[in-house]
Order: sequence, then structure tokens, then C-alpha cells
Amino acid sequence: MTDKDKPILVVEGLHVHYDTGKGPAKAVNDVSFSLKPGERLGLIGESGSGKTTMATALMRLTRAPGRIAGGKVMLDGRDILAMSPRELRETRLRDIALIPQGAMSSLNPVMKLDEQMIDAILAHKPRMKRAELDARVAELLRSVGLDPSVAKRFPHELSGGMKQRAAMAIATSLAPKVIVADEPTSALDVVVQRQVMQTLGRLQDGLGAAVVLIGHDMGLIAQFADVVGVMYAGKLVEIGPVRQMIENPKHPYTKLLVESLPGIEVKQALTGIPGLPPPLVDLPPGCSFNPRCPFAFERCRTETPLLQDVAPGQRASCHLYPEHQSLPPLPVTARAQHHEARP
Amino acid sequence: MSKELQRYLLTRFSQFLLIIFVAVSINFIIPRLLPGDPVQTALARLQAGGGNQSVDIQAVSAAYRAKYGLDAPLWEQYINYWVDLFRFDLGVSFANFPEKVSTMIGNALPWSVGLLAVATLIAFVTGSLLGARMAWPGAGRGIKTLVPMMMILTSIPFYLLAIILIYFFAVVLKWFPPAGGVATTRIMRLDWATTQDVLRHAVLPSMAIILGNIGFWALGMRSQMVNVLGEDYITFAEAKGLHPRRIFFWYGMRNALLAQITALALSLGSVVSGAVLVEVIFNYPGLGNLLYVAIRGQDYFVIQGVVLMLIVTLAVLLFIVDLLYPLLDPRIRR
Repeated sequence: MTDKDKPILVVEGLHVHYDTGKGPAKAVNDVSFSLKPGERLGLIGESGSGKTTMATALMRLTRAPGRIAGGKVMLDGRDILAMSPRELRETRLRDIALIPQGAMSSLNPVMKLDEQMIDAILAHKPRMKRAELDARVAELLRSVGLDPSVAKRFPHELSGGMKQRAAMAIATSLAPKVIVADEPTSALDVVVQRQVMQTLGRLQDGLGAAVVLIGHDMGLIAQFADVVGVMYAGKLVEIGPVRQMIENPKHPYTKLLVESLPGIEVKQALTGIPGLPPPLVDLPPGCSFNPRCPFAFERCRTETPLLQDVAPGQRASCHLYPEHQSLPPLPVTARAQHHEARP
Repeated sequence: MSKELQRYLLTRFSQFLLIIFVAVSINFIIPRLLPGDPVQTALARLQAGGGNQSVDIQAVSAAYRAKYGLDAPLWEQYINYWVDLFRFDLGVSFANFPEKVSTMIGNALPWSVGLLAVATLIAFVTGSLLGARMAWPGAGRGIKTLVPMMMILTSIPFYLLAIILIYFFAVVLKWFPPAGGVATTRIMRLDWATTQDVLRHAVLPSMAIILGNIGFWALGMRSQMVNVLGEDYITFAEAKGLHPRRIFFWYGMRNALLAQITALALSLGSVVSGAVLVEVIFNYPGLGNLLYVAIRGQDYFVIQGVVLMLIVTLAVLLFIVDLLYPLLDPRIRR
């Protein structure tokens, strides 16, 4: 087995561009992070921040008009982005598996569930016998909390939660080292969401796999992840241990994101972050967040900040550091703006 | 077999029977809506048009009268019509009296079915494969240049295509015979020489049908496949590490084919009528040609018989498609 402290997944300077008429849209822009075996990383960001593009790029599933424009994705020492097609095929599912976003539509509608599970296993273990396969299918289905009898059903005969579980059974069928879960609960109601997340956690514990969980639901991610990364306009703006990130966010965007979480004890109007994310083809100069940032100053509009250590294990890309220890209180004007929506 | 499937098959079969019933009834009623005595009118027309003088008009007329009891009430005629149908008795030909219409159809049917079924199947299969390949990422330039060619082929009516084929391959190059189903001097026997002769005659007409249809199937499949390839299950299949060939056939084509089969069912009518034209141009001894000659000669019962035959054939084909559908798409089994 691999060394516990040696990272299993290292992403270095990953760039993914969508070619458009106006030039490339930089959906993933110079993202780097690493993941240790068994670690749970939650990547969070609003729509269009490059989360899903990131998930697909990790498995080199990027499709035209998207293209991986640079960087490395080192899985256990081997660069996924440099593999031959054959090597890549063998690596997918065996070493790195995807739990897809569209649980409802990720299963082939014309194949029975067991056929879809078996063809995944057979692609990697062509010599496995039919009886073994059937036993494995039943075992996998039980591991995600499904009755083995659903194996003979077609996807349209399953509920949304069952389909998502089935997708998880497929993703874990070869005990991968890394699982990329791209908003696995986005189409499910909250009760099923919780069950699915618990199942995912249980599976991950059993396999000792590292998980990259991608989502937009801060609450869900905070409950699941050990480490949280925040994406904004294609960039990773802050990454750190989940507690620190919530209690002491260093990047203004993270701070506003955490503040926008509705609480149960203190009733207040829902707040958001004023403004909209910038278009990815036409990023503002300097820090991408500067037009919406309440703390923006001259340097933010000219110089792009780099990720730097701001606290133990916590890194943020913001010009406020290292001069400041933590975020200053929100300026009054921003606060007024911020609470505008309050009745 | 599940209950759902049984019910599905039962519904489809009763629909099939209903289509046949309605078709036969219409085929019975339409000629009788015409004023006057159809036999008299037809025979008079034949005579006026300088029909076969050696035919004994009185005998023909009497034969029809006795046969159809045209003085009997309509409902009785209708029942008789059905009874005759069950005996495969479709009447006799005016032009080739006293040859039975059923015999004429029986002679022509194998030619048509052979040509039409084989040519349509080849067009459908190769067209669908080509179309799917065109949509697959990384399709070569060779395959991509086929798209405009296919568009040209679909826009040329295929009887025109037939004429072009005859000109080049039969008149200029003399590779294939220009017309007929078999050499006129050949005695039909089940041997290699006869088979070869039949196949040589079938090449040009089937080429006309294949070329005329292949573009339609290819373009239809291409757009279906483009849609299917954008589905999440394709991405997930890739993430499973499946071989591209497996994804292409079992995740891509398998799903894109559903709409193709629907299109096949819908276009069967035009496929059949188009084939009629091709048969006429190639003077192929099939149903289409028989129908054409009968219309020219106003050979009434032959027309009726052939039309009925075409409708029944269509209904049977549609029924077969209906049977195929639940095999292809489990969601239809209701």
C-alpha cells in the first residue's frame, strides 16, 4: 500500500479552457492542490466557477469545445494527462472513479443495472467468471444499501436515490484510490441527500479512498469534508481545514460565502454576495474577485494574487496577506450594501 | 414473459388486425362507390380502348357476374369478399383473362420482397453505421466529406438516380443488364447460373434503392448520435474505463437506434412506393411493375389485389417493427 502521508493525487497548475469566438474561457485557471490517501476534499463554488469542469478534467473526460490547456494530474506518481489512451482506460475506475453529477441520466436506459455493472468490471478484469461477477454485483449493491434484486431492473424502474446509489456501486466496484464525486446529491431531496452522503462516507471509510467532493452546498460539504477548497471564476482562491475555513475564513469571498449560510438560531434575512461572477472569457485585471470585494484596493485591480500560506494548513490568494493577521471587519458601505435586501 | 409485455403484444396485434380490417373494407367499398356496373364499365372501356379482341367479352362478363353476384345486396357482397380473401381468391385479370390475380401476385411477390427487403436492410444498416461514425469524435476527414454527399443523394429522387445508374452501368459500361429480373432466355432452376443471373439483374435496382435511402438513414443517425453522445451515461461509460468500441455500439448506437427504428416504421410507406417506381424503371417483375402495368391497362382486379397486398405488407412490417421495439427499448414495454 502507499505511504499514508505521501499524497495520492497531486494537481499542479491545471488549466482548462473552452474555446469560444471571443477567445478561451478559462474555466479552470491554474489550480493546484494535493490529496492524501483517505482524505476528503470538498470543492465549493457557485455556478460557472469551474467545479464540474475541474471534476471532468481530473479524469481527463474533458470534451470539446473544452480542452485541458496545461498542468498535471499526478495520480500515485503517474500523470493522467500524459497517459496513452489504453493506460488511461485502465486507470479510470480502477484507480480513479467518478460519481457523476446527473444521477438520473448517468445510467444507460436500455441496459439492466447488472449488465452495466458487469461491463465496467469486465473492462478491467476480462477473465472474471459469470458466477463471481454476479456475486460481486450483489455485494456491491448491498454495500450501497440497495437490495440485490434491483440488479435485474432497468434504470427507469429505479428512483433517483436508487440510481445515485447504483452509480456509487459502479464507481466503487474496483476499490479505486480516488473517488471524484461531482455534486452527487444535486438532484435529490434533503432526506435522500443525507442518506446518500452517509453511504458515500461509509464506502470511503471501507475503501480508504481519497474523495474529491464537488458541490455548491456549503452545509453539505462542511459536514463531509476534512479540507475545503473554494473556487471562484476558475481559480482556487482558498483552501484549508474545514473548521478553520468556517470559523476563520481568510479570503473575502470565503467569508461572504460563509456569512450567507442561513442559521437556525439567529433568524435573519437571506443575504447573498452582491454582484455576479465575471465572464470567464473576459476576466477583470488583477484579482478576479476585485469588482465584488468590499476590501479591494489599488493593488487588487492590477496584480493577480497568488496562493500563499495564511494560517497552518490554510492558503488563500489575497493581497491582504501577509500584512494582516485576519480579515478586517467589513467596511460600513459594504455592510449597508450587504444588508440591503433586509425588509 | 411479463404481464406488461403480454399486454403490449396483445394491443399491438389487435391494432394490426384492425388495420387489416379497415384496409380490406376500404378496398371493398371504394370501387362500389362508383356509379354503374363496374364489370360492364370496365369491359366497355377495354373494348373501346382496343383491348384483346380474342377475349370473349360475354364469357368474361358472365364469369364476373356469377362470381361476384353483383346484384346481391351490399352486405352479402362484403361477406363474400372476405370469404374469397380467406381462399386467396382475388378475382381474375381482365388483360390476361383467365389468369387469377392471386397467381400473378404470387409470381411477383418474391421478386419485390427480395429486392425491397434486402436493399432497404442494407441501406438502413450501412446508413446507420455511417451516420453514427460521422457523429463519433475523431471521425476522419474521409467520413466527414461523406456528409455533403449524403445530402446530395437524399435530395435526388431515387427514380432519377435509377436512370443515371442505368445510363452509366448498363448503357455506357455494360456491366449490368439494364432491365428485367432475369435474362429472358433463362429457364428458372435452382442452380448457380440462375442465381448469378438473378443477382446480376438485382444489382442496379437495389443500388438505386440503397443510394437513395442511405443518406436519409446516415443523416438521421448522425443527429441522433450527436444527441446521445452528449448524454451523461456516455461520460459515465467513459469514466468506467470501457473500450471506445463498446461505448460506440452499446451506449451510443444502441440508444440512437431507438429513434431510427421509429423513423423506419414511419418511412416504410414511402420506401414501398418508391420501390414501385424503381421496379417500373428497371422493368423488374415485382409487384410495383405489376401495379403499373395494371393501371395502364385499367386491369381493375389486379390493381385492387396489388394495393391490398401492399397494405397488408405494410401492416405486417409495422407489426414487426412494433415487436422489435420493446426488445430495443425496455421503457416501451407497457
